[in-house]
Amino acid sequence: MSTIKYTRDHEWIRIEGDVAVIGITDYAQSQLGDVVYVELPELGRRVEQGKEAAVVESVKAASEVYAPISGEVIAVNDALSGEPGKINGDPQGEGWFLKLRIANPKELDGLMDAKAYAAFVEDLH
Amino acid sequence: MVENPLQRTPLHRLHVSLGAKMVPFAGYDMPVQYPSGIMAEHLHTRARAGLFDVSHMGQARLVGAGAAEALERLVPGDIKGLAPGRMRYTLFTNDRGGILDDLMVTQADDHLFLVVNAACKAQDFAHLQRHLGAAAMTPLADRALLALQGPAAAAVLARLAPGAPGLAFMSGAALAVDGVACFVTRSGYTGEDGFELSVPADAAERLARRLLAEPEVMPVGLGARDSLRLEAGLCLYGHDIDETTTVVEADLAWAIQKRRRAEGGFPGAAAIARELAAGAARKRVGIRPEGRAPAREGTEITDDTGATVGRITSGGFGPSADGPVAMGYVAASRAALGSALKLMVRGTPRPARIAPLPFVPHRYHRG
Repeated sequence: MSTIKYTRDHEWIRIEGDVAVIGITDYAQSQLGDVVYVELPELGRRVEQGKEAAVVESVKAASEVYAPISGEVIAVNDALSGEPGKINGDPQGEGWFLKLRIANPKELDGLMDAKAYAAFVEDLH
Repeated sequence: MVENPLQRTPLHRLHVSLGAKMVPFAGYDMPVQYPSGIMAEHLHTRARAGLFDVSHMGQARLVGAGAAEALERLVPGDIKGLAPGRMRYTLFTNDRGGILDDLMVTQADDHLFLVVNAACKAQDFAHLQRHLGAAAMTPLADRALLALQGPAAAAVLARLAPGAPGLAFMSGAALAVDGVACFVTRSGYTGEDGFELSVPADAAERLARRLLAEPEVMPVGLGARDSLRLEAGLCLYGHDIDETTTVVEADLAWAIQKRRRAEGGFPGAAAIARELAAGAARKRVGIRPEGRAPAREGTEITDDTGATVGRITSGGFGPSADGPVAMGYVAASRAALGSALKLMVRGTPRPARIAPLPFVPHRYHRG
């Protein structure tokens, strides 16, 4: 059983024990448009909650992807460099960005669940 | 801060009904993309045909005795030498040889037809008004402007205006398009064959829908318009050219015809003549970043030692070039094709080379 939470910056985070898988939401990819490039962090880097963890570029512009929580980068999705379009096609599956070893589980408390995030996106329209 | 409400083109309702994502651009609420997205719209334009709303651009007519002479006092292009029906790209220059705007001028039967940039149109029209002498200028605020671009554009337009495919590249004529009185030019800003249609505003939506009903045609927004013109190596005013970039630096001296070089008589003629003789200190060039990371407008260009040698003025991903492409200004000593440079992207120097423009070959209809 995994838990998925969401940020106000449109990242999703799936908690699998002490590991978190992170990506951007379907709403985020739809706003960005066709993704042409991603820059992922190096393994072992410590990222801080709310700070830049990756960069995603569409035809039009570059955007930061922020770490939903703090932790150490233990894996990145290397398949994205050859096929960044996976982020548009399957943002919450094959389009994942990175995995973190969770530093402080309490940080998860401030994130939204699926229902709260859906309402948050609805309010943006 | 109180902002002026955004203006709308005659096609605004159509854009919204097609599901466009609307953004503010030059004071207008404009479609940046439709649901199919920038990549698909770009590639479709190169493969078949795209329909663009460019009604935000300024259209005007110059009439009366001496209209061409009057315009030549403001631009370095040979306007008097334009044969009937012929069209030319030119520039409003300032006294330093900088660029106030770029524009298209067509010699129609009894007038000159001008198309200028949206963001500059108010000042362009005021500038014209001040210098016209006996000629008269009429802004055509009641006309929309549609661009139909791509290799299928001529076949599509032939169904609605049988005379359109007979137009040569960079020429124009008054034609009925599906019964609507239009001024049609064979021109555009994508590097592809195509047409621009100046249409009465009240007929624009119907004509646009009629064109979109043709199987080859897809609506295309400003996002793909930008990536198409960048791949074609064409300048975007306010980015690649402005008052501080001279005509020679911008590598647009080809737009100063022989007679005008010899005679001068336009703003900045002396400065431009000096620069043509001595060479400009910097030059607009094409730049190909190595790898896949785009380098955006504003990116600093350095040499191997980290010293700044220039700046990117347009940059992004080229869907047809299948990689990042950019234009910018570099010191003349660094402008040779193939020269290696570094681009400072997010604080990291990344390798790039000076590349020939355009990035994608032009496919204009040369007749």
